[in-house]
Amino acid sequence: MSLQGRKIRVHDMSLRDGMHPKRHQITIEQMKSIATGLDEAGVPLIEVTHGDGLGGNSVNYGFAAASDEDYLRAVVPLMKQARVSALLLPGIGTVDELRMAADCGIATIRVATHCTEADVSEQHIALGRKMGLDTVGFLMMSHMAAPEKIVEQALLMESYGANCIYTTDSAGYMLPEDVGARVGLLRDALKSDTEIGFHGHHNLAMGVANSIAAVAAGAARIDCACGGMGAGAGNTPLEVFIAVCERMGIETGVDLYRVTDVAEDLVTPILDFPVRIDRNSLTLGYAGAYSSFLLFAKRAAAKYDVSARDILVEMGRRKTVGGQEDMIEDVALDLARAKAAA
Amino acid sequence: MSKIKCALIGPGNIGTDLLYKLRRSEVLEPVWMVGVDPGSEGLARARSFGLNTTDGGVDALLAHIAADDIRIAFDSTSAYAHAENARKLAAHGVLMIDLTPAAIGPFCVPPVNLDAQIGRRATNVNMVTCGGQATIPMVAAVSRVQPVEYGEIIATVSSRSVGPGTRKNIDEFTRTTARAVERVGGAARGKAIIIINPAEPPLIMRDTVHCLTVDAPDQAAITASVQAMLAEVQKYVPGYRLKNGPVFDGRRVSIYLEVEGLGDYLPKYAGNLDIMTAAAARTGEVFAREMLAGRWQLPTHLATEAIA
Repeated sequence: MSLQGRKIRVHDMSLRDGMHPKRHQITIEQMKSIATGLDEAGVPLIEVTHGDGLGGNSVNYGFAAASDEDYLRAVVPLMKQARVSALLLPGIGTVDELRMAADCGIATIRVATHCTEADVSEQHIALGRKMGLDTVGFLMMSHMAAPEKIVEQALLMESYGANCIYTTDSAGYMLPEDVGARVGLLRDALKSDTEIGFHGHHNLAMGVANSIAAVAAGAARIDCACGGMGAGAGNTPLEVFIAVCERMGIETGVDLYRVTDVAEDLVTPILDFPVRIDRNSLTLGYAGAYSSFLLFAKRAAAKYDVSARDILVEMGRRKTVGGQEDMIEDVALDLARAKAAA
Repeated sequence: MSKIKCALIGPGNIGTDLLYKLRRSEVLEPVWMVGVDPGSEGLARARSFGLNTTDGGVDALLAHIAADDIRIAFDSTSAYAHAENARKLAAHGVLMIDLTPAAIGPFCVPPVNLDAQIGRRATNVNMVTCGGQATIPMVAAVSRVQPVEYGEIIATVSSRSVGPGTRKNIDEFTRTTARAVERVGGAARGKAIIIINPAEPPLIMRDTVHCLTVDAPDQAAITASVQAMLAEVQKYVPGYRLKNGPVFDGRRVSIYLEVEGLGDYLPKYAGNLDIMTAAAARTGEVFAREMLAGRWQLPTHLATEAIA
């Protein structure tokens, strides 16, 4: 099927999902310069918050270099065309933080739940819509539920007031046919004016291919990260995706050269280590574990002298979901004890 | 030994599980189950256990309080309904143990501050949240050794054990729990996180407690305090277990817990609901012993009508 002339919007994740490989230490100045670069390159939507969303500051996920409010107040006024979004995971953040972010001038709120637990998002989605925000329901770890279940949960979010629903490959586990099946069923089941989105991780190098599969199945929003700066092996690399879209005639409105410059000149220099596929990030995609677990597993592995891969595989075996970072040290301690007893 | 008679309001999962526990009590005798739905399964079950039941709500119970000598009521309805229930029963001199998130009365976490509630003659105590009951004892175990600047708890519960009420207002859980981590746990600042996990077979409730102490943690004293607290909670929740820790990392103290329920009415994995009903039953029993020993006087202006 030709995608020539298809119009989509890309949503940049480098200043939110990219907070994970930066241990949430991106400075306000770095946020301002990268966001300005993306704005000038024509990226229409940019997400800014703690990696785990509004209210994510915690021992469990890490304390960011600045508060969500300070980041948002610094970035939002600088944008000439781009609009800023914030992420909120009910159970971590509350409507209080949503109100704060709205006051900072965000245009979009994305309310994220595990893919089978959409009914915890009702109060947040309803409030987002009531405040006139572009309100997105974000179904995380979508590989853990069948396409029909994703549709059932999406319909709940739509009924609460979401005008866009994402199927989210938080573990970078899905293959193109998995993405196509979920997006296709969503497109058939949701209202015609409800948009569908896809958020990928590059742990099995499927970020771009999965995103194209999503567009082919009817997705109108695609999450990417400039320079690939996101959790695990990163999100779908923005500049690569834009190049592929240009080749295929998919219209994004993003300037390829400018966005490659932002990746190379602004994002890559601030990385603490290359965000890429290695034995640990690959294991996330292979085992189906939440991408943000990566650095926690590496730290616990070093501290307790066990393998990060073993930790991640065990996290997958325990069927952990997004946000269960606390179980990583628990697993590492269990593995260390088993090793000592062996 | 004579028992203190009590009423249960709300015949749902929590109320029914609580009923199983109260039926075993040496000092409490459940005599009424109150609901609003004539077709309620919970009311039918309570009837089969020999309780009086009504589907007329708390108003229908009021007429029986004096005749049946009801001294304690357990409310497991909703925060909204609790406010009215509490007002009506307080006027009849009934001590209220509140399992809803209404939190009209002071927070009660039995091993931490139940004695203090008795000391201050509270007439309405609130059982915080399931995550609060599971974790606040451990925050307190650290803060009774040395000042805690920040306390954070992460409660991970099985999807099957989270009812529609909690789901509709999940912010209430995080706010109430965080507040109780401060007020009862003794942390200067509190944060609470809840994670709902749909794994099958359902996972047993897990709870993680992170404390940041003001000064370097006294490892030996904190470890001893945590072990002592563990034994206290195990008195009423035998499946309360320390899986790992306390882990010391700089000023961070982390405690990894698992809570398995008794499997009375609710399945064993629902330790979150079990610890709530067990804590409420424990609270009721301690108040009942005070009443039986004649140390508990109902406020006189209210008591005349209720006990006459």
